[in-house]
Amino acid sequence: MKDALSLARALCDPGSVGRLDARGWTALIAAARAEQLIGTLAYRLKGLAIPDAAERVLADARASAEHWRRSALWEAEAARRALGPLDCSVILLKGTAFAAAGLDAGAGRAIGDLDILVPRDRLDDVERALLEAGWEWVKPDPYDDAYYRRWMHELPPLIHRERDRMIDVHHTILPPTARITPDAAALIEDSVALQNGLRVLSPPDMICHAVTHLFADGDLSGGLRNLWDIDRLLREYRNDAVVWEALPRRAERHGIAREFARAMRLTERLFGSPIPVVSKRGALDPFYVRRLAARDGWGRETRKGLRLAFYARSHWLRMPPLMLAEHLWRKARR
Amino acid sequence: MKHHFDVRIGPVGFRIGSAWRRPVTELATLYAGYPGPDGGIADFTVRLEPERPWRRWLRPSIAIRGDFTLPDAAPLSLAHGLLAAEMGMNLQMALGQRRFLLLHASAVERDGRALLMTGHSGAGKSTLAALLGERGWRFMGDEFALLEPDTGLLHAFPRLVSLKNGAIAQMESEAAAERFGPRLGATPKGDIRHMRPNPRAIAEMGVPARPALILFPRYGFEAADRPMGASEVFVRLTQASTNYVALGEAGFDALSTLVRRVPARAVDYPDTATALGMVEMLWAELAG
Amino acid sequence: MPGPVYRAEPAAHRRHIALDTLDLIYHRTSGITHVVAEPVPQILAALEQGQADVTEIVRRLAATHELNRGEAEPVIAARLLELEVAGLVARA
Repeated sequence: MKDALSLARALCDPGSVGRLDARGWTALIAAARAEQLIGTLAYRLKGLAIPDAAERVLADARASAEHWRRSALWEAEAARRALGPLDCSVILLKGTAFAAAGLDAGAGRAIGDLDILVPRDRLDDVERALLEAGWEWVKPDPYDDAYYRRWMHELPPLIHRERDRMIDVHHTILPPTARITPDAAALIEDSVALQNGLRVLSPPDMICHAVTHLFADGDLSGGLRNLWDIDRLLREYRNDAVVWEALPRRAERHGIAREFARAMRLTERLFGSPIPVVSKRGALDPFYVRRLAARDGWGRETRKGLRLAFYARSHWLRMPPLMLAEHLWRKARR
Repeated sequence: MKHHFDVRIGPVGFRIGSAWRRPVTELATLYAGYPGPDGGIADFTVRLEPERPWRRWLRPSIAIRGDFTLPDAAPLSLAHGLLAAEMGMNLQMALGQRRFLLLHASAVERDGRALLMTGHSGAGKSTLAALLGERGWRFMGDEFALLEPDTGLLHAFPRLVSLKNGAIAQMESEAAAERFGPRLGATPKGDIRHMRPNPRAIAEMGVPARPALILFPRYGFEAADRPMGASEVFVRLTQASTNYVALGEAGFDALSTLVRRVPARAVDYPDTATALGMVEMLWAELAG
Repeated sequence: MPGPVYRAEPAAHRRHIALDTLDLIYHRTSGITHVVAEPVPQILAALEQGQADVTEIVRRLAATHELNRGEAEPVIAARLLELEVAGLVARA
């Protein structure tokens, strides 16, 4: 297994694993673990005739995913209880949102921190309520703190002192330093209430958020998983004409039309996803595909040069150059 | 990877890849007689790789990575490659094991029933299990015991015994020289020498046993034993398990059943000879 | 001022095992095991009859246990706050 393209194939075409020998299975498992996709793979392959030893690993992965799902939903519930009295919109993001809304994108997905979006003018209230309910600051460093508050799209991370779980409170979905500035008010305005009073983004916004997450968050590491989210969401809503037609316009409104088009091309290329807009192939697309699949059958990162190029680019994208220099300088001195 | 070695320990298959030949040769020698992973498919992958690309040749240092990796684990020297492989396998178990409730405990078996020993490092659980394994008991493991939630049975995990400092000489007088690996001096854990469990432990490693007695040994005290209540045992075993929480309700069922069914004793002992005598007596009294 | 009214997590969401001196409560919703001592299991049992404030909980406990109501109230109130952080009870 020279790269993760066979993992991508196993995900979108589970029957393809029928060709694997023992070495192929071990490699597929290692790559899927490294890409945080083992739980997803386990759900996709459920019920197929596969070797016993592989089936045991996948059954364990499903149990693990169930544990993540339960913990994530409980963190959301804890936040709901803490923030309920504030009477402010609390919007679940990413994995927790998929799980809470019962979306296919949540099946088997690894879920880490709890990410929530709240209106910017309620940030102080939210912070206070969380601190009262047992969350504490993770980073005591004043520079980090000032950096977060000034330049990031979230409060500095908080951790619950009993449960040891992190919460990231966002007021928009990209840092204000990014050149793209999604319309946060519209995200909140159009969000959808769940039964328990928590909210999730509207389907088009959820997909737009997954797109910004794919490109803006870091250097495309974990990109295959993020792209898989997009594929699942597209398939979830492919027959909903309202969502389907709104999607390209919504991407434009958030200022991510180019990124959206690229994500559509990539997810169609890697996962054969149904896509709402067809765009001309980008000159960099092959590099993106090679970067997304840069993982071998030992779970190792490959294509170091390409990774580095994307890393440099991601920092360039996130911060204007002078600010980046200052940030790296401060980080280096510690 | 350039070199690799596959092995099964109890019910768990490993694939260990290495950038250097030496650790793999040492593993193959010491794990002689062990089977490969079931169906050739490993549960876990361990990678021994240079910390930085040039460190493969220049002052080689081994970073321990794999399916599950600790971000800030200190690298080891190439001379300690065997230790690195063992640590890598332990790490996969500690962070990735989900099929069994993982107890940080040693275990031996007699008549289909298992004795579990757990305690802080230095308490002697590893040495006691190794010694019992040479004196009529079946050695099931010196580091991890695997409790199966569905059946309540204990599965063996008889990896190489990791002997430290004083225990090395003690076991050298018990077992044949060909069962020992190289003596590793000045590791982060002091002097270490690995020992292959005896043929019976390897031949019967697929046979589980019903837990019958739990001991919490403590070395360096006057000989004494006291009964431990189920709730104390429960709390201490959750602390001795890396995956109790991740197993959810299955873990709760497995552990709460274990502590209600199986008697437990805290055992203080001044020397191993006394400890072995106390174990035999407590076993005769309680494990019936 | 009347104190807060509490309700317990539904009993079906909990597994309860009494050991020697302590009780185990496995909370299915969160996947968290709580190791608790008296009077926590008794408080949860009292809340089975429906939501209640501290005074009412103490009244229910007094029906089956010997206790001094005046002394019990602050103790029970403190345990309720802990149970709330643990998520086993919530304000109604």
